Amino acid sequence: MSATDVLQVEHLTMRFGGLVAIQDLSFRARHGDITALIGPNGAGKTTVFNCITGFYKPTEGRIALHHGDPAMWDELGALTDSSLRKRVRADGGLFLLERMPDYLVTKDARVARTFQNIRLFKGMTVLENLLVSQHNPLMRASGLTVLGILGFGVYRHAENRATEKAIQWLEKINLIDRADDPAGDLPYGDQRRLEIARAMCTDPVLLCLDEPAAGLNPRESGELSELLLSIRQETKTSILLIEHDMSVVMEISDHVVVLDYGVKISEGTSAEIRDDPNVIAAYLGVEQDEVESVITEPVS
Amino acid sequence: MTLQASAPKTGVNVARAIRDATIAGLIAFGILLPLIGFETVQNMRNELALETRPWLLAIFVGLVVLASLFISFVVRPWNQHRRAVRPAGASLKGAALRAAFAKWFTPFALGVAVFYPVLVIWITGFSGAVKWIDNFGIQILIYVMLGWGLNIVVGLAGLLDLGYVAFYAVGAYSYALLAKTFGLSFWILLPLAGILSAFWGVLLGFPVLRLRGDYLAIVTLAFGEIIRLVLINWVDVTSGYAGISSIPRPTFFGIPFTANEDGFAAVFGLEFTPLYRTIFLYYVILALALLTAFVTVRLRRLPIGRAWEALREDEIACRSLGINTTNTKLTAFGIGALFGGFAGSFFAARQGFISPESFTFTESAMILSIVVLGGMGSQIGVAIAALAMIGGTEMLRELDFLKQIFGAGFDPTQYRMLLFGLAMVLIMIWKPRGLISTREPTAFLKERKTVAAKFVEEGRG
Amino acid sequence: MEVFIQQIINGITLGSIYGLIAIGYTMVFGIIGMVNFAHGDVFMVSTFVALVTALILATWLGISSIFLSLFVILLVGMVVTSLVSWTIERLAYRPLRGSFRLAPLISAIGMSIFLMNFVQVAQGPRNKSIPPFFQNVIVIMEREGYQVTLSYRQIIIWAVTATLLTAFWYIVTKTSLGRAQRACEQDQKMASLLGVDVDRTISMTFVIGAALAAVAGTMYLMYYGVVSFSDGFVPGIKAFTAAVLGGIGSIPGAVIGGLLIGMIETLWSAYFSLDYKDVAAFCILAIVLIFLPQGLLGRPEVEKV
Repeated sequence: MSATDVLQVEHLTMRFGGLVAIQDLSFRARHGDITALIGPNGAGKTTVFNCITGFYKPTEGRIALHHGDPAMWDELGALTDSSLRKRVRADGGLFLLERMPDYLVTKDARVARTFQNIRLFKGMTVLENLLVSQHNPLMRASGLTVLGILGFGVYRHAENRATEKAIQWLEKINLIDRADDPAGDLPYGDQRRLEIARAMCTDPVLLCLDEPAAGLNPRESGELSELLLSIRQETKTSILLIEHDMSVVMEISDHVVVLDYGVKISEGTSAEIRDDPNVIAAYLGVEQDEVESVITEPVS
Repeated sequence: MTLQASAPKTGVNVARAIRDATIAGLIAFGILLPLIGFETVQNMRNELALETRPWLLAIFVGLVVLASLFISFVVRPWNQHRRAVRPAGASLKGAALRAAFAKWFTPFALGVAVFYPVLVIWITGFSGAVKWIDNFGIQILIYVMLGWGLNIVVGLAGLLDLGYVAFYAVGAYSYALLAKTFGLSFWILLPLAGILSAFWGVLLGFPVLRLRGDYLAIVTLAFGEIIRLVLINWVDVTSGYAGISSIPRPTFFGIPFTANEDGFAAVFGLEFTPLYRTIFLYYVILALALLTAFVTVRLRRLPIGRAWEALREDEIACRSLGINTTNTKLTAFGIGALFGGFAGSFFAARQGFISPESFTFTESAMILSIVVLGGMGSQIGVAIAALAMIGGTEMLRELDFLKQIFGAGFDPTQYRMLLFGLAMVLIMIWKPRGLISTREPTAFLKERKTVAAKFVEEGRG
Repeated sequence: MEVFIQQIINGITLGSIYGLIAIGYTMVFGIIGMVNFAHGDVFMVSTFVALVTALILATWLGISSIFLSLFVILLVGMVVTSLVSWTIERLAYRPLRGSFRLAPLISAIGMSIFLMNFVQVAQGPRNKSIPPFFQNVIVIMEREGYQVTLSYRQIIIWAVTATLLTAFWYIVTKTSLGRAQRACEQDQKMASLLGVDVDRTISMTFVIGAALAAVAGTMYLMYYGVVSFSDGFVPGIKAFTAAVLGGIGSIPGAVIGGLLIGMIETLWSAYFSLDYKDVAAFCILAIVLIFLPQGLLGRPEVEKV
């Protein structure tokens, strides 16, 4: 079963001083799935994201990411024992994300992310935002700037290709008419979609979305669900999602992991989660045995 | 911050204006009484004694009162009027004007810069031209180049550098020492000095990468001062305060600008005049400045330049997109320092003499202020700011007629930095984002739309 | 050992001066997050105010009581310097509050250049020296001809610094002004909604910082007997270093940082190199900022993602 995993998080613990933000968390995300990470406020979801994307160094635990040949998972033990952070072959790669600095998690392991509070380059145009996210391939094409400065054609071709890719994504998220406007000028919902497109321009195998539906109206949430489903369908990118909007979670996720106070309290398909008394208790903020009485109480 | 009390919509509140002027006058009197009302002078016995200057004090307090009244009766109503007439956004006419300006200014300015020596000679004749080409043309262009170099670090990458003069100094001393020791020519040493500066830029950039904002500014300031203090104290190599003199001057591809037989004038069959060297130096610095501008324009359209601007906008987002922010910052420091080094070696070659006096913190502050006053990231703005600030202060040298008004002891040049500092404050209050605060995008699909200042981040680094 | 003790004594004296200036930096940074670049030059202005006042008292009024004149000099210096700082904040910083982040910094640098050159033009570029206030010293230790001395000047500096710091500590911890300051540090908008006059509180912060700088200025004049228009920059940077070393935003930190910088400087001069004493100070500044940016008593800053 593990052969189809894209991400394995094992015994992840994150402490800030005395505060335990995540406690011994283990979960898996499968290739091509949309995995949702849910839980009440302060459950540690964003901390998990920051550990996966290299912004935090976890106190303990292993975060392994894989693409390509499924057989590579068998080498996980050997890689962990070595002091290396990755094993890359022509047909796949295996990465220990907890050992990698943030920018390499995106560059080598191909994990892209968005942020809870949108982090677009607001003073740059929509198109420029999408070009910046193709930095690494463009940098190679510009011969680490040298060829680019001398005006070699190699770079011009690469830039044209990058622009085409940006146009594709802009058409997909319906922002092609605003390509030359500053990103900060877009309405909120468009900014959310642009941030997802920007992350997708890095060609990720795993896309981590931190509350992509936050602040969206129901129509926009619906569009977002469609966008995520089509991303999965067309690019085969696996998606890891933090979300509070249960309509989005229930509609699109294949697998749901529930966190509360840094501990995993439940895991399963959306239907299973919906009926799990543990989850209901956590969301209502009561002990499990009180759930029955709270739910049956008449709403005053 | 706090809620503004709704001021009277139109007209001038005379009572309030008079009250403001009175308070301003009293405060000015309190502050200026010890500083202007009394002068500490050395008497015959070499002791400090006091002299009083009641009239000067009265004049200054009077000026402050007048300034306060001017603000109440002219500036404030004018601002209200402007706000009332144009409540939000710019008028169409203004936009058209700006577009025309953007289109025609660069070619016009380039034309003036290229033909400037000819114009000067045409106007002042051969004898007066040296002063105008050297003090104005070359001096301003040096600062334009330094401004453009620092613009890469501060304006594009958003890294606040208060020690830029250090790289200027490294360039100058590299040229001076290598030229004197090994007798290498200007054209070999120019790139070498630039590379040495860039090396120092990367070296000093490395430890400060983690710092942000004002802290980065202070550490770069400290580095700038350390380099200056080392130049002062490492007497064996730099001759300390005395500085390095008789630095070899640049030649016209091997032909020196001397009165000798093999000098430039003799070779080309011209009558000797120091003007040729000045003109030559003018075109060298013009070429160097234009090189800086050209490279910067190119870099902005390359991934590295876009990464710099993205870094200024949001460093964390950059990291999430796989951009190595360490390298990105270091290249900004390095390339900025490279141009600083070029300018430094040109400075040494032009002066023929350098000393640590030329590389003080004030110099860094002047360059930074040119970048910020011009509008961070805007090359045209930086050039205009350099022209206004350096040209303006150099102008003071020409105000000899003031001596006839204030007496022979009056030397306008001593007010140079005083007015420079004052101008920095006033321009910031007038235009906090600098003269040109909009941003030109580096790529577009259909049309190049200028990005309004309110969207552009200033950088936290 | 004797040299060491002597240098510690000198260092504490110098450090008291730095500490007093450092409080001005640290308070302003704490409340509006800005490095008040002109603060060093405000200190320099205060030395000139003290100089002029001292000369008026000595040569015109012929006051012979040193303690009386010291008291008057301190008072006049504090009032005038506070006025200077208040005016700077009102004219050069307040219009820029909440605008572009670099604007106040550039404005402050401009103010610093302006003040320095204003004093140069108004009072002349030469060093100004006056005869020392007190000549007497107390010999604490003596061995093999080397005397460890404590001068009256140093004792006065210690005493004045200690007294004023106590008064100042009372203001920032026990009065409503201090409470308003701490509120503004946390959240200016909220403080203003709760009825704190933010403008006034910030003005008062500048005034208090300048008053303490004026005390430092008077002590500086009394200790060295020489002042110059360019004396603002280096003491200013060193005081800023002290503020950073102690943890910017922390007032006890500023004092401790000042004392440390003072002692490091005198010890460095005595044991290593007088020429490179400023280099040492700048190196400490760089090292502290790079490796211990929160300082000794400051709160660490956590990067928010």
